[in-house]
Amino acid sequence: MEDVVSLLHGFSIALTPYNIVLMVIGIVLGVIIGVLPGLGGANGVAILLPLTFSMSPTSAIIMLSCIYWGALFGGAITSILFNIPGEPWSVATTFDGHPMAQQGRADQALTAAFTSSFVGALVAVIMITFLAPLIAKFALRFGPAEFFAVFFLTFASFIGTSRGSPFKAVASMCLGFALGAVGLDQMTGSLRLTFGSQELLAGFDFLIAVIGLFGIAEMMSSVESGLQFRGKHATIRLSVVLHTWKSLLRYWATSIRSCIIGCWMGVTPGGATPASFMSYALAKRFSKNGNNFGKGEIEGVVAPETAAHAAGTSALLPMLTLGIPGSPTAAVLLGGLMIWGLQPGPMLFIEQKEFVWGLIASMYLGNVVGLIIVLTCVPLFAAILRVPFSIIVPVILVICAVGAYTVNNNMFDIWLMLGFGIMGYVLQKLDYPLAPLVLAIVLGDKAEEGFRQALLGSQGSLTVFWSNWLVGSIMTLGLLLLFSPLITWAISKIRTGLGGHPAAAID
Amino acid sequence: MSNLNEEADPGPTLATNRTMDMVVSLLFIALGSVFMVDSWRIGIGWIEGSGPASGFFPFYISLFMALASLVNLQRAFVHAEPGGEESFVGRDSFKRVLFLLGPTLIYVLAIQYLGIYVSSAIFITAFMIASRAHIQQAVLVGIGTSVALFLMFEVWFLVPLPKGPLEALIGY
Repeated sequence: MEDVVSLLHGFSIALTPYNIVLMVIGIVLGVIIGVLPGLGGANGVAILLPLTFSMSPTSAIIMLSCIYWGALFGGAITSILFNIPGEPWSVATTFDGHPMAQQGRADQALTAAFTSSFVGALVAVIMITFLAPLIAKFALRFGPAEFFAVFFLTFASFIGTSRGSPFKAVASMCLGFALGAVGLDQMTGSLRLTFGSQELLAGFDFLIAVIGLFGIAEMMSSVESGLQFRGKHATIRLSVVLHTWKSLLRYWATSIRSCIIGCWMGVTPGGATPASFMSYALAKRFSKNGNNFGKGEIEGVVAPETAAHAAGTSALLPMLTLGIPGSPTAAVLLGGLMIWGLQPGPMLFIEQKEFVWGLIASMYLGNVVGLIIVLTCVPLFAAILRVPFSIIVPVILVICAVGAYTVNNNMFDIWLMLGFGIMGYVLQKLDYPLAPLVLAIVLGDKAEEGFRQALLGSQGSLTVFWSNWLVGSIMTLGLLLLFSPLITWAISKIRTGLGGHPAAAID
Repeated sequence: MSNLNEEADPGPTLATNRTMDMVVSLLFIALGSVFMVDSWRIGIGWIEGSGPASGFFPFYISLFMALASLVNLQRAFVHAEPGGEESFVGRDSFKRVLFLLGPTLIYVLAIQYLGIYVSSAIFITAFMIASRAHIQQAVLVGIGTSVALFLMFEVWFLVPLPKGPLEALIGY
């Protein structure tokens, strides 16, 4: 009951005219960012972050989180109309969304995608509303060992759920930690890994890394493949919306399943992209029309969109309650929190009630506003992609450079951004996952601090990480996830060894 | 008409994924080693009263990075990575990437001398003309973007960006 009162108070904060205008601006900017290649949720928010320094934290987070919702919506537009996923999490939407557009059912596909996104986000926000205060209260009792255990679990699950080689995930993640360690050691004040360089004293700012790794690298890949955008036209009429909504009711089972997958993958940092793929695969298996998937089945749009949006939204739950972001974009928002002078973590729910509940209320409102905007303005947003590539490329590069500079008003950061861009381009092509790299740069210091303080308290004994059932079970779960690729590999070896089916041993 | 996104021809292969995998693994190992040496220098042991020394965490992180990269190197070496023989980048694709990177490097260099607004206008205009856009359109987009950025940052949000001689001339 207390939460409902807080939430209502939050609505009264979010519903001021100023904040509603920010919401609309945020959503529109977000959709544009989601539609444009080279700009995504993470680097889009990173670039716009410095512009919010003069706002109050609540207004700033409302605008930035709305950019995030907008980007989540926007990814679907390019996937369906152009067969180009504007965001990695909308790759699975292309499978059935684009065939539908080719059959002239683009309006249905878009309505289904937006509505499913909305449903996924709504379920995730409801979950956040009721779970976040509980988790925050629980986490108040966390000591350094518990915090380190949660960090450990976060990173272990990246390795456990990585689609490519787990060793590449380890290398990429450790690179992030190492880059995060450069500069001043927070605990002792000594300099490390700076090699006498003045520029490296302040360390690597992860916002620069995000702009380079996701923005510049993305531009390089787009230019490399010489993509030309030629898409389907679409406008959405109200009758189609209503008709599609009626037909969507039939897929309630898929929706519920996708919401659960999305919320789970968002809270544990699996993220929106694997959630959308997993949800698509399960929908295909359980659907009566499973064989039609890939040929323009509306259920094949519902499943990934619901899951992606649910995951993208619920990634904010661990960020708010524990200070551990579930996705790169949530990491950027977390960075914003720290810049505005707020300490993310369980204390936020006690010390910054207005901020937290204003944000949660704005999640409800932002998604309603977002749904209305995208449904009515699809032709406008689709027109963006008809702007010639020769304009989009240099303008986005300029925007990235400006964004990188404004983070610290530092020229060297623009060079760093270019460096990160080239690095991201190469690593991405070789299937190194970039999300753990970014999260490691953000969280490295805190993870290290937890680790060192826990060891200091225990006089250097590692048993502190198994000193009570809570920290022990989190650490054990983390270890299991960390070694899960090894375990599945061993099981498959044993099976093929015993079963003797050489055909099953394709590696 | 069905598949509307044409991928341009990548051209003959310059490097395979396998080669690049090995190069990147070696770079990771080299970086890890350098970091390990520097962490060792500042101490990786136990300091009474303050716990693990500053170099402790980076040392082991770099060690894990180097070890994981050794496995990656070995996997590339014995052809264990899927798609290893596929092209990492073709000659024509690489040319397109350089066509983007070259001007961008010059652009960033120019920011230091001309300020970000003038450099951006020149960069956008030049890039568009080189991509065979109309000259009027290119000039318009270039100058338009810079003016919009100037108004947004210097006038409305009061976030100063790097400026050069031209801005000094008009009193900024």
